[in-house]
Order: sequence, then structure tokens, then C-alpha cells
Amino acid sequence: MSQSDSAVRPTRKVETLDQVVIRFAGDSGDGMQLTGSQFTNTAALMGNDLATLPDFPAEIRAPAGTLAGVSGFQLRFSSYDIHTPGDAPDVLVAMNAAALKVNLGDLRAGGLLIVNTGGFGKKELDMAGYPKSPLEGDALRAYRVVAVDLNDLTKRALEGLGLSMKEALRCKNFFALGVCCWLFSRPLDPTETWIKSKFAKNEQMVEANLRVLRAGFNFADTTELFQTVYEVPPAAMPKGTYRNVMGNEALSMGFLAASELSGLEIFLGSYPITPASDILHTLAAYKNFGVTTFQAEDEIAAITSAIGASYAGKIGMTTTSGPGVALKTEALGLAVSLELPLVLVNVQRGGPSTGLPTKTEQADLFQAVLGRNGEAPIPVIAAASPSDCFYAAIEAVRLAIRYMTPVILLSDGYIANGSEPWLLPKVADLPKIEVRFAGQNGEPTPANFLPYLRDEKTLARPWAVPGTPGYEHRIGGIEKADKTGSISYDAENHERMCKLRQEKVNRIASDCPPPEFEGDEDADLVVLGWGSTHGAITGAVRQARAKGLSVARCHLRHVWPFPVGLGPILKRAKKVLIPEMNLGQLWRLVRSEYLVDAISLPKVQGRPFTSSEILEKIQSLS
Amino acid sequence: MTPTTEATAPTYTKKDFESDQTIRWCPGCGDYAILATVQSVLAGLGIPREEFAVVSGIGCSSRFPYYLSTYGFHSIHGRAPAIATGVKLANPKLSVWVVTGDGDGLSIGGNHLLHVLRRNVDLKILMFNNRIYGLTKGQYSPTSEQGKVTKSTPYGSVDNPVDPVNFALAAGATFVARSVDVFRQHLSDTVAAAAMHRGAAFVEIYQNCNIFNDGAFESLTAKATREEKALYLEHGQPLRYGPEKSMGFALKGASLEKIDLKQHPEREKDLLIWDQEEPSGTLGMLANHLPKDPANPVPLGIFRRLEKPTFDAGMRAQIDAARAKRGPGNLEKLLYSGTTWTV
Ligand SMILES: Cc1ncc(C[n+]2csc(CCOP(=O)(O)OP(=O)(O)O)c2C)c(N)n1
Ligand code: SF4
Ligand SMILES: [Mg+2]
Repeated sequence: MSQSDSAVRPTRKVETLDQVVIRFAGDSGDGMQLTGSQFTNTAALMGNDLATLPDFPAEIRAPAGTLAGVSGFQLRFSSYDIHTPGDAPDVLVAMNAAALKVNLGDLRAGGLLIVNTGGFGKKELDMAGYPKSPLEGDALRAYRVVAVDLNDLTKRALEGLGLSMKEALRCKNFFALGVCCWLFSRPLDPTETWIKSKFAKNEQMVEANLRVLRAGFNFADTTELFQTVYEVPPAAMPKGTYRNVMGNEALSMGFLAASELSGLEIFLGSYPITPASDILHTLAAYKNFGVTTFQAEDEIAAITSAIGASYAGKIGMTTTSGPGVALKTEALGLAVSLELPLVLVNVQRGGPSTGLPTKTEQADLFQAVLGRNGEAPIPVIAAASPSDCFYAAIEAVRLAIRYMTPVILLSDGYIANGSEPWLLPKVADLPKIEVRFAGQNGEPTPANFLPYLRDEKTLARPWAVPGTPGYEHRIGGIEKADKTGSISYDAENHERMCKLRQEKVNRIASDCPPPEFEGDEDADLVVLGWGSTHGAITGAVRQARAKGLSVARCHLRHVWPFPVGLGPILKRAKKVLIPEMNLGQLWRLVRSEYLVDAISLPKVQGRPFTSSEILEKIQSLS
Repeated sequence: MTPTTEATAPTYTKKDFESDQTIRWCPGCGDYAILATVQSVLAGLGIPREEFAVVSGIGCSSRFPYYLSTYGFHSIHGRAPAIATGVKLANPKLSVWVVTGDGDGLSIGGNHLLHVLRRNVDLKILMFNNRIYGLTKGQYSPTSEQGKVTKSTPYGSVDNPVDPVNFALAAGATFVARSVDVFRQHLSDTVAAAAMHRGAAFVEIYQNCNIFNDGAFESLTAKATREEKALYLEHGQPLRYGPEKSMGFALKGASLEKIDLKQHPEREKDLLIWDQEEPSGTLGMLANHLPKDPANPVPLGIFRRLEKPTFDAGMRAQIDAARAKRGPGNLEKLLYSGTTWTV
């Protein structure tokens, strides 16, 4: 503990917990995301396993104090291996009445509720729709309530510093953070270091935030509001070096890695859209890696410029969310027809249309697998967790280059903005991605270059980039003759080309590892998932197995085409359960592909599954 | 890419730029003349053939790349400028060309055209304007004159047309020109000038669609009236036209005044001296306003030519500067940066 003073402190019980789920909730101007991420970094440094779930409104600043403006950040940290940010919070920090109203229902019975009474004036109560203060009477009887006026305490801590009232109040999140650090035996140093570097240009803000942070810590230490101090010892994690990482960040680094592994520079064409923009922001900062980031005039230009860049020999990629994919659809078909490498990232959000821009969903699977005119097969892969985005990005680039095809990589708002500790790989251990440009390997120049002559194994066509003498050729979206690529309207040729393009993509099904499987081979029930449900399903299945149920789980990284190993797993199982954050899209694909009478567990609430929701379903089927 | 004049520059003939594909335009289509001219111009630029990338959208005009022996890319409707931007950014050494139609470039692809022009991406853009949708069999286009009767507008089109040259000038294009399919020498000079320009070069080419809009430019192209109807814009020269160059224009207030020099020889000194480097585009628009009155000639040639930094060079410079300042990217270091801990 960095903070201790000579004041006489009450003696307290120290209780050791193996996990805690805490949620910070306040107005979107209250800095809850920042508070949450600082508490997360500290937990990471303390060696806990962790998972986070930020939850913010679509509006940048919805009117202060309203229900629409509530922003939350949930963190689960633990002494053991965890997979989700937790179901019901054990601790809720509510900075105002609206935050309480929105979040109270999730707090587990008997949970600790820290409320800022300074956010419960008449105006705030009215805006939250409380006829009278919930802090009075029995409304909160089910919880352990600690009510403190953070506004007042913050102001007092800052007396004499010459800050305006507004500036002073903006520091109150650090008071709350100081209190929580004390409560869970966390050091202040990581946050102090962060404050010093973040506000390096503004000494007064450094001083103010440090003061408030320490004041919060000391306040908790010296008052008798808390009877117990908690400890959450480090988790036993595999040896190695870790960092905390968010999905979009890991995805960006995965692309940089793919660039290094392939020796090709990245071209990212993108148009801003939540929750994908951070990939554009991140890569834009890494120009020294040879990255070109092009903020195009719209999604169509974003993808078509990327196709142009791939044509010229870069790794063309484009990042977006569902509505953006809708606009890119015609160009995806073009990429299928041209047979050029391209990676499209869809960080899914709630739909349809604008839907729920800041909330998570997995309802774009059909769009990815089926959503194009004509026979236009595209392989689809999905990231399972924030750190897994790194490996998914590399795999997407590998497939795109190896098979000369567009690849769709699905992420979602939950893993894009969520974070977890990441056991960092050694770059030297990552497998290289082989690239062969036609005419650049010392081979003799053919008298008649055939741009659609295929590799026997992968069926990929050659990648001949402009600038290569003797390989001048024409490509286009019109149907082309096999091998020569000349325009062809021939009936048989068209069918042959459709089948070839399909067969090429089908071959990926046996060029990927078998699907991840955990549990007994002959388990009665197999829970099948894809993408970000990985954590919730893993948690639920492990709990069910601990209870003695005959359950296994299977996870798809390669979602389409289905990997060859999937069929036998599904046929063997007596029952198959498919939880998804949509109305049953993988479920329908599985049923149509394998004629397996799988059971769907749909959820479309803009929120990820909790393990207990899945566990309950498993139990009802067992 | 700047054309080279060195002795090492490849020497080509027009034939070297002809592809083996069967040409599928209607007999008599203006596209043939444009193709022949462009093949000759490309052959004479001294750029190695493999360094040309020609990108098009969809339309009769957009079939163009198939008929050239360079790298060619026939894409989707309206998107060629965006694709070409990606090609150029990925490999700035290439000479990247866009071929588009009036529908492709100004209807479905108007947004992309606007943005490549204002960004000044180093692309050579040839818009074949036949004032009709050729490939889809004759609907009116955004450049069709108001009242145009077509299959889709049996009572005549209601909307105002867009003028491609005005559009390009207003978008801030650094090179804007107009020529005509059958004016072989003028077209050749104009396309060559565009090729030499560093930055976004936009050339509108009047093109006759003899099937769906035959004679759209007849009054300009008919041999008998040609010289009365063509006003050639020549940098540093007075605005004169007519068989004996006896007609001209002077600046009067915010418009151009027509002067008959036979009647008023004393006014020769008043003639406007054409300045293609006038940066605001105002002069270009004034000249381009003339054909609104059918009694006036049609201006042809270069409306504007300015040197400005290109988008592709600026983007490359940022990468080079970042590398010079921070060194080439080190992935291992990046992964292990920030707050890490070791178990
Ligand atoms: C997305 C899409 N919409 C519509 C079409 C149909 N289409 C093809 S070409 C064209 C118009 C072409 O007109 P223009 O660009 O003037 O070319 P032209 O044929 O006159 O040379 C249209 C509407 C298409 N190919 N793609
Ligand atoms: S339809 Fe018109 S523009 Fe198209 S090829 Fe025929 S003549 Fe040319
Ligand atoms: Mg046309």
C-alpha cells in the first residue's frame, strides 16, 4: 500500500476473495470508462485474471443526469482463470440517481452499493424518475449501502487549489477510485503514474487528481464506513509476459504482425463507424510500419480503394460495422470475382439499420456468409476474445493471400471494447505468411500470361501486380473465361467458374485446425459457439461439468466454410445447443448443412451472454 | 509518374498498346476514335507499358481497359476513382488512368469523382460524355439536356444537367480540359497534356453514341460548321474563333462579351487573354457558360492547369517522415510496450 498516514485507523477484518465483479456507473461526463480502465490496469498489475465490459451510450454527451446518459464499466478480477466479465456485479458504484436506476437491477442481493449522495439532489432524482430518494426508506434494504457525498468530499480535498467548481467536480471519479483501491487492497502507484503522464502538460490537473485520489483512499481508511478490507490474490497464470489488451487494439497489432510475417505493407481503407473506428485510429498512428491508412469518403470507397491496393500488391483491408458492410457488399462480390486478397473486418453492433451503435450483437453472420448477389463464397472467421483478435487478424490475412480471396473477419462490440490480460507471443514464433508475386521469382516470362490459371492445391490464381513486365493483363467483374480471364458469356464456362470459386473456398475447410473441443468425446450435450460467446460458453460448460453433467463444448474460429472436423462432433452428440447473440443464425446454418436437430439459445439484447444464462439452459436439457 | 524523355525510354508504336480482345462497341461508336487516339498517346509517353494501370467503372466506355495491352481493371459502376486511388497510393510509381462515362462518373460515382479531384490524387481521368446511358440502352443521363426524351423519360427529363467541366473546376481539380472524339489532333494533344500533369487531370471527351443519342454534338462536329462552333482555349492567346478567327470574347463585368472583329477591328486589344493558371476557376466557368446560348461556340482545351501537391505524395511523405523520426516499425517492441508484467 502506498498510502498510510499516522492517523489512528479503525481495525478491520481482512477477507480474501477469489473473485470480484465491480461496476462503475455514472453520467457519461463522469469519467467512468477512465475509472474502470485504471482499476483494470491495477488489477492486471496485481496479477489477477480479468475481463471487462464497458457499456456506454450512443450519444457523446446525452444530457447530464438522464437515464440515456448513463455510462458503465464492469470489471471482473480474480485469483483463477475466468472467461467473462461476470454475471451480476458484487459491487456497484453509482455516481448519481440515474446510474443507480439503470444498474441497480443487476447488483446481486447482498452486494455492496457505494452511492454518491451528491448525485441525488431533487433535479437528479426527477431526471432519473424517482418520486422520492431511493436512499431513504427500505428500497435498498437488500444491499449493503455505503452512502457518501463524493461531490462535497472532492471539493473539500481541492480547497485552496483555485479550481472552479466545475473543474473540481470533474475529479470526483478519482475519489471513487481511491475508495475502491483501499477497499480491495490495491496500490495507488499505477494510477498515480498514469495521472502524471496523462496530464503532464497541466500541473494543476496532476495535483488535483492526485489529491482527490489519495483523499478517497484515506477517507476509506479513516472512516468507519467499511468494516472489511478485501484481498483478491493473484491468479495462477501461465508463465510469460502479459499486457492488458482491448479487442480493437489486438486486432490492429495482429494486422501489423501479418504485415511483418508476409513482408507486405498494409493498406487500410476505412470510413469511421462505431465500434470499429478505433482500428483506423490505432493503425493511423503506426505509419512507421509502412501502413497507409486512407479515410475514404464512404464505405464504398473504403473497400474499393483497398481492392485497388491489393491489386497493386499490398494487403488491402477495410474495417467497419454492419451498416458499412451493407454498403461494401457490391465491392465484396467484385473481390470474389477478381480473386484478389482482401480482409474485411466487421465489428458487429446491434442492428438492423443504425440499431444499437454502441451495443454488441452477432447478427451479421448471415450477412457475412450469404449476403451477396450471385454465387459469391467468402470465408468467414471470427475472433473469440479481446486478445484472440490478434491471432484472428493474422489468420484472416493468411487465408486471403493463400487463397487469393476476400475474407470476412467478425468481431463485435463486446470484444472490441472489452479487455483481458494477454500472454504476449514472441514474434519469432509466429508462422510466416508466404507470398508469391508472379514474375518476381526469377521464372521465365510466359509468352501468354494466364491470370486465371490456378494453383492445383489451393485453386488460387496468380497475383501479378502492375509494374511487372510481361504480365500485363485485364481483370474485371464481368464473368471471365477460365484461365485467360477474357470476357466470357459462355454458359458452361460460367458454371465452371462458379464451381471453381466455390471449390476454392471449400478447400479452406480442410486447411484449418479442427474446431476447438473441450470435454468428453461422448458427452450427451455439445454446446457449439462462435465468436465472442466463447468465454460465457466455456464458463457455463465448466460449471456444468463440475456438477457432473455430460456436456462438452465446441468453438468455431473458422465459421464458414465449416471446418471438416465439425460434422462428426455434431453427429456424435445426442443434443447440440447453440447460444448466439442473434435469433439463431449459426443454428440455421448448422441445421441446413448437417441435418442436425440443434437447439437454439438466442439473445439479442445488445448485451453478451452471462455464463449462468447458458448454464441454466444446459441444466434444463440435461 | 512523370513521362521520361531519356534515351533509355522505351519506344512503342500504337500497335504495342492494342490488346488481343475483340472490340464489342457498336460500329460507328465514338469510343473507337478515342481508343485509337489514346493508344497512340500512351505509346508516345516513354513510360514502360507495364507501368500503366487503367481502371474503369461500368458502361460502354468502361470496356476501354480490355482493349489496351496495359494492366487493366474493369470494376463496378462508379467506383473507378476510388479503386484507382488505392492503386496509386499502393504504388505511386504507376501511371494510373481512370476511364468513365457520364453516368458512371457523375451519377452513381459522382461522390468519388468529387473526392479524387479535391484531393488531387495523381490520376488521369477520361470521361466519355455521350449524354446518355449507352450500355443500359438509352436512358437519359445526368448530362442530358433538360427535356430529353428517352425510354425512361417519355415526357422529357425534368432535371437540370450537370456540366462535367464545371463540376471538376468547382471540385478544385488541378487540370480540367475538354475535347471531342473526332477531333483527333486536339484530343491527342489534350490527353498528352493530361498525361504530363502531376495531379488529378480531368478530361471530358464529347463522344457520339450513334445508337441512343446520335448527333448530340453534331452542331460542333459537323465539318461545315466546326470552325464556327469550336472555341479553342490556348494559354496566353486571345479568345478568338471562327473560320477567319474573326470572332472573339472580351471580359465585361462578370460575363464575356462577344466581339465581331470584322466590324470592330479596334477592339482586338480588348480580347480576353486566356489564362489556364487562373486559380479560382472563375475564368474557366465563364468560358464554359458560353454554350448556354446556342449562338455561341463551345470552348475546348484546357480550362485550368495548376501545380499543387498531390495526395499520394503527401501520404507517402507522412510514412517516410514517421520512419525517419521513429525508425522502421519494431513489432516485438510494440507488443511489449505500455504496461506489462511478467509471471
Ligand atoms: C450498381 C449498378 N447499377 C446499375 C448498373 C447498370 N448500368 C450499367 S452501365 C449504366 C450506365 C452507363 O452510362 P454511362 O456511364 O454514361 O456509360 P456509357 O454506357 O454511356 O458509356 C448503368 C445504369 C450497374 N451495372 N451496376
Ligand atoms: S450503345 Fe452507344 S456508346 Fe454504347 S457502344 Fe453503342 S454506340 Fe457506343
Ligand atoms: Mg454515357
